[in-house]
Amino acid sequence: MPYIPNSDADRAAMLTEIGVNSVDELFAPIPKDIRTDGPLAIDPGLTELDLREHVAELGSWNRPAGTRPCFLGGGTYNHDWPALVDHLQSRTEFLTAYTPYQPECSQGTLQWIYEFQSMIAELCGCEIANASMYDGASAAAEALMMASNIKRRKRVVVSAGLHPDARATINTYVKHLNIEVVEAPLVDGVTAWGDTVNSDTAAVLVQQPNFLGTVEDLDAVTAKAGEHDALSICSLYPIATGLLRSPGKAGFDIVVGDGQSLGVPMGYGGPHFGFFATRQKFVRQLPGRLVGESVDTEGRRAYTLTFATREQHIRREKATSNICTNNALIALRGCVHMAALGPRGIEEVACLSRQRALDLADALPGATDAIQLAFPDRPFFNEVAFRATGGDVAVTRLKNALAAANIAGVIAASQWYADLDGVFTLACTEKTRPEHIERLVQVASETFQMEVAL
Amino acid sequence: MNHTPVPLLFEASRPGRRCTRYQGANRTKAAAGLPAGELRDAPPALPEIAEQDLLRHFTILSQKNYAISTQFYPLGSCTMKYNPQVNEAIASQPAWAHLHPLQESGEVQGALKLMHQLQADLAEATGLPAVTLHPAAGAQGELTALMCLRAWLNDQDQPDRRTVLIPDSAHGTNPASCTLAGFKVQSLKTGPDGLTDMDDLKSKLGPHIAGLMITNPNTIGLFEENIAEICELVHEAGGRVYMDGANFNAIVGVAKPGDFGIDMMHLNLHKTFSTPHGGGGPGSGPICVTEDLRKYLPAPQVIENESGYLLATPSLSIGRVRGYHGNFMVLLRAYSYIKRLGAEGLRRVAENAVLNANYLRVKLNQHWRVPFDGICMHEFVARPTKEMKENGVHTLDIAKRLIELGYHPPTVYFPLVVAEAIMAEPTETECKETLDGYIEAMIQIAEEARRGDEALHKAPQNTPVSRVDEARAVKDPKLCFTCG
Ligand SMILES: Cc1ncc(COP(=O)(O)O)c(C=O)c1O
Repeated sequence: MPYIPNSDADRAAMLTEIGVNSVDELFAPIPKDIRTDGPLAIDPGLTELDLREHVAELGSWNRPAGTRPCFLGGGTYNHDWPALVDHLQSRTEFLTAYTPYQPECSQGTLQWIYEFQSMIAELCGCEIANASMYDGASAAAEALMMASNIKRRKRVVVSAGLHPDARATINTYVKHLNIEVVEAPLVDGVTAWGDTVNSDTAAVLVQQPNFLGTVEDLDAVTAKAGEHDALSICSLYPIATGLLRSPGKAGFDIVVGDGQSLGVPMGYGGPHFGFFATRQKFVRQLPGRLVGESVDTEGRRAYTLTFATREQHIRREKATSNICTNNALIALRGCVHMAALGPRGIEEVACLSRQRALDLADALPGATDAIQLAFPDRPFFNEVAFRATGGDVAVTRLKNALAAANIAGVIAASQWYADLDGVFTLACTEKTRPEHIERLVQVASETFQMEVAL
Repeated sequence: MNHTPVPLLFEASRPGRRCTRYQGANRTKAAAGLPAGELRDAPPALPEIAEQDLLRHFTILSQKNYAISTQFYPLGSCTMKYNPQVNEAIASQPAWAHLHPLQESGEVQGALKLMHQLQADLAEATGLPAVTLHPAAGAQGELTALMCLRAWLNDQDQPDRRTVLIPDSAHGTNPASCTLAGFKVQSLKTGPDGLTDMDDLKSKLGPHIAGLMITNPNTIGLFEENIAEICELVHEAGGRVYMDGANFNAIVGVAKPGDFGIDMMHLNLHKTFSTPHGGGGPGSGPICVTEDLRKYLPAPQVIENESGYLLATPSLSIGRVRGYHGNFMVLLRAYSYIKRLGAEGLRRVAENAVLNANYLRVKLNQHWRVPFDGICMHEFVARPTKEMKENGVHTLDIAKRLIELGYHPPTVYFPLVVAEAIMAEPTETECKETLDGYIEAMIQIAEEARRGDEALHKAPQNTPVSRVDEARAVKDPKLCFTCG
């Protein structure tokens, strides 16, 4: 059998030692009437060769976006990473270790997590960061729950510009804790806080840049939150910090986000990793694992999991979160990638992504009257919202035409924002080439010229 | 292991060193049109390291780890089995790795078909027909199922049933998930036989009970023999039964939870279904539930219709608990594992896991106290003898001495119901010689402990660092480089 080393002779010898006649006798504690008769209705096993061919055949039914010009964004971006990242993820000493509960034989994992925490804290502009969360959406939900605990208030304000999946996740999580979620709407592509924040509010949550690509005014958030002694939380696209300021430096109390843009394959949406950074004074309220520096009995520098009394395995029903397994290996990718980028690299990626988006924002409305910028007065980073005069019908036309031209792109906004008929987003990264933009613009102009001709 | 001290990347950083470069960036152009207040003055102070030094840094770090690929790693409850290389090779293919989560279903039929088949195979293995692949790990699976339970209770006009019973041997995520789902926890006693105390259960059932969360086999490594009766009692009292499926490796192909009365359970694909633990994740925690609970499952589920496979939201779905569709790249590995093994292979997994665990148990029970010494499932709990304790030897010392002898220790101090627990799970992918080597090491340590050998308190001495001062890490917290 695959992956099982024991031979029949081994099994016989072991059964003798145990003092039973058959493996079946070992299942005696399972009452007969609840045991499964006969084999499971699962196909017989394949050889490794047949498995590889079978999965390759299945894979041939996919048209991966990342291997062709890709303008899809919406929280997951087609960024590049060096070969180093893939190689180090596949180091089996990282890949096949468990959570570093025994520090003496886990210094490798512990040190890279400490370095990961340090680099994430730097990007976020915060004092501390944890070892990772599942993803950006659940990290946002955990941040709000943490704020509610700190402030002992049961109301949070969330920008409608937060990723729709994160908003949905928040709603699912906090429903059971009697926390009221108030949504601040987007007006002309940017969050309109109005009088949503009041003195019952535990936290105000904004996404930078928001789901439609607009760069939000961070000071507006900290001012609103400060006025009512609420915490300010930012869900951050980490690549943007190559060009934009770090929210922690702008006064935010908690900074979370999805780390996919830091060297993680889009992977049909997961696993990515979530990150979570905050102030040192909130360390005891933090969810998830945390690595700290200490010394061993000889005084040598050593790393260890720390502040475990927050966590489920110690605190059980009083834990700050139920998270146990997090997304370590994917965070390792992020760690290697951040170090490989360095200050200049992350700035280059941020600038290139923004420059390409500027080119696109210029070229597309220039080529066809059927498309305009959706929010012409709003600043964007690498993702641009456009409006098709023909509404969602035109958006679908464009999407199909791009697919036919082997270009991945167009996320229609109206599936989440009912009032945004005809609005769609396109995103650029350092992998976007000028010729990709030319082709996209050409397909768009042909599509809508034909429409006019019809 | 590699003993070379490795400076932090920040310490090794030198201005001007580079690894990744991209061409054509122009900060002035990029900044034009952005509000001046949102721009930063200088790029983030990430370390500046050259490529080879970066490779060496992380490679040496990797050599400071114990891992399944380098040694026996019998960490109980964690199922540290072989993580097949072919699954990693498959997961690196662009046909999977480069799929964007918001692609139209027509462009991802291969991925959706795979998920659909995985849902079906997990339903078959658990006997629970409705499956969601959405949760990110076991703990999130627990939480998701408990939220479904609350939705069901509300629909039954029973919103005041707010108490969930949990045996005192349960993993910490069980009670933590209950709190997050808005339930109160009431603890159940473990009886002298290591099983859930039936009288205690009966006395605690009542109209306030939402359900029971039970781990089977339990964390002592014993199959809850009365499970069918337990489920019946909870159902009669108006509650539902959740099974923590972390230990499914012991019974896959042998018994289906749906057949013994379980209503909901999670699977840790990073345990039973061989996906790597990666130093603490990522995992994947699908949940499998009875047909009547399908409508509450989180969005999305994969369904099939005339036009192919698509993502759909169940009618009374609790909503999402994370972004997108689940940890797809983990699902891909688990799918590959199931296809490689097939029905027969899966049953052999359980058989050999249980065989290996019982072999360890009988070979060690003369040297250690094994409090529940009947046939075990895939793992068993031992502890130091009275004599060892009188010598001042604790489980922590045993664990550290094992490290010194080249073994990753079992899970220690868990389950909480056994003081000084040493819980070992060998898994089916270890050969007899490896088990024999571990047995020898444990016998040697038992002798040292009976002698009260001082060296035990100093172990390990041959690792990159010796015992770490954990109190100091809290008293004088240093949690990242820049905050000092
Ligand atoms: C018995 C048991 N239940 C639940 C969990 C939690 O699973 P996860 O770590 O995947 O969240 C674990 C694993 O650590 C476990 O051993």
